[in-house]
Amino acid sequence: MNLFHFFLQNRDQIVELTLEHLWLVGISTLFAVVVGIPLGILSAHWPVWNRPVLGTANIIQTIPSLALFGFLLPVPWLGDRADRLAILALTLYALLPVIRNTYTGIRGVDPAVVEAGRGMGLTTRQLLFQVELPLALSVILSGVRVAVVVSVGLATIAAAIGAGGLGEFIFRGLAMVNNQLILAGAIPAAVLALSADFGLGWLEKRLRPQ
Amino acid sequence: MLWLDRNMERTSANHPVIEFRNVDYALPGGQQLLAALNLQVQKGETLVLLGRSGSGKTTTLKLINRLLTPSGGEVRVNGTPTTQSDVIRLRRGIGYVIQDVGLFPHFTVERNIGLVPRVEGWTPERIHLRVEELMQLVGLDPQMASRYPHQLSGGQRQRVGVARALAADPAILLMDEPFGALDALTRDQLQREFLSLQQRLNKTLVFVTHDLREALRLGSRIALMESGRLVAVLSPKEFLRSRDPLAAAYVRAFADGLDSSNRGAS
Repeated sequence: MNLFHFFLQNRDQIVELTLEHLWLVGISTLFAVVVGIPLGILSAHWPVWNRPVLGTANIIQTIPSLALFGFLLPVPWLGDRADRLAILALTLYALLPVIRNTYTGIRGVDPAVVEAGRGMGLTTRQLLFQVELPLALSVILSGVRVAVVVSVGLATIAAAIGAGGLGEFIFRGLAMVNNQLILAGAIPAAVLALSADFGLGWLEKRLRPQ
Repeated sequence: MLWLDRNMERTSANHPVIEFRNVDYALPGGQQLLAALNLQVQKGETLVLLGRSGSGKTTTLKLINRLLTPSGGEVRVNGTPTTQSDVIRLRRGIGYVIQDVGLFPHFTVERNIGLVPRVEGWTPERIHLRVEELMQLVGLDPQMASRYPHQLSGGQRQRVGVARALAADPAILLMDEPFGALDALTRDQLQREFLSLQQRLNKTLVFVTHDLREALRLGSRIALMESGRLVAVLSPKEFLRSRDPLAAAYVRAFADGLDSSNRGAS
C-alpha cells in the first residue's frame, strides 16, 4: 500500500522519466535500424563485408556498458550533453542484433526463390525490395525486438552519466537505500520491456511468411 | 512430334536463336564444369539437354540467361553475345522454369504470374487480363488467383511457375527439370499438356532432364552431355538407334527398366 501511495504521489515525475526513457530507447533503436539494416544487407550480399561488420558489432557488444559510457564522456561534441552520449552508446549496443538478424534473414531466403527472381530479370534492387526484404522482415523484426528489450534495460544505466530516464530513480534509491525509489524506476522499466517484447512479437508473427 | 520436325526444316536456314560457340565454363576455383561446347538451338524447336547430375546441363542452361558468364567462348542469343546485351533485358526476354519452382511465397498466384509484366510497367488491367489468360492456358482454375503458393499442390505450383515464365510472352523458354519433383501421374499429365502447349505457342525451348523417357517424348532434338562435354546431338529416333556407347547405355537402362516392370507385372 505504501508503494502505491508513493507511485501516486510521484506520478508526474514517474511519467516524465518514463517518457525520457522511451525517448532514449526510441531514438537509439531508430538509429540502429537505419544504420544496421543497410549493414546487414551489405554483409549478406557481399561476403567480404561479413566479417568486419559482424566482428565489429560483436566487439562493441562485449564492452561493459558503464565502461562505454565512461569512454565516450571525453569525446568533444558528444560529451557535452549526456543524452547524446547515451543515445550513441545505446545505438551501438542495438546494432548487433539488428545487423545479425538482417544478415540471417536475407541469407535464409530460399535460394530457389532468389534464383527464379534473378532468372526472370529482376534487378538487384527489385529483388531486394520485393523479395528478399519482405521475406526477411519477420527475422529482422525479431532482431529489433531483442535490441529494444536490451535497450530498455541498458538505458537505466544512462542515468549514471546524467542522461535521465528511469535509471534516475534506481540510482537515487540505491544511494539512499530506499526500495520504493528503486522500484519506482524498476517497475516501469520492466513494464516497458515486457510491452515492447509483446507488441513487437505480435507484429513479428503477423509478418511471418507462411 | 511430327509438326515440330516440319517446323524445324522450315526455319533451320535462318540463324539459330541460341548458339554456343566453343564455350568453356570454370568455377572461380578453377574446376572446369563445361568444356568446348558448340551447340545451336533453332527457332521453335525443343532441345533437350540430357545427362546425369554433374554433366553440365544446368550450367549450360544458366549460361543462356547469363545467370552464369562463360569463362571462354561466347553464347549468342538472337545473334548477340550475352555478355554484350543488357542482362536485365536479356532475362526478361527469356522465360525460366526450375524444378524447385521458386514461387514467391509472399505473393498470391496472381502477383507471382504478373511479376514481370508489373516490373515492365504494364497497366493493372492489362496484367489482370494476361494473368487470367495464362491461368486458363496452363489449366489452372481462375479462382486460384488469390491463393498463396503454400496452398497449392506440387502440380499446381509448377503450372503457376510455367504461367509466370510465359507472362511477358518471351520467345525463348528455359526449363530445368520442371517436372522432376512431381509424382509419375502428374508428371505424365503435365508432359502431355506441355506438348500441346508448345504446339500452340511455338516457343524456342531448352529443356533439362536426366530422364530419357521425358527427353524422347518432349524433345525435337536431344543433346547428350557427360562430364561437362557434349557427347552427341540426336533426334529421338536417331537416339534410339545410336551406336554411341553412352546413348546406348541410356537406351539399355531404359529398356531394362521396362523389362523388369513387365516381369513384375506378369
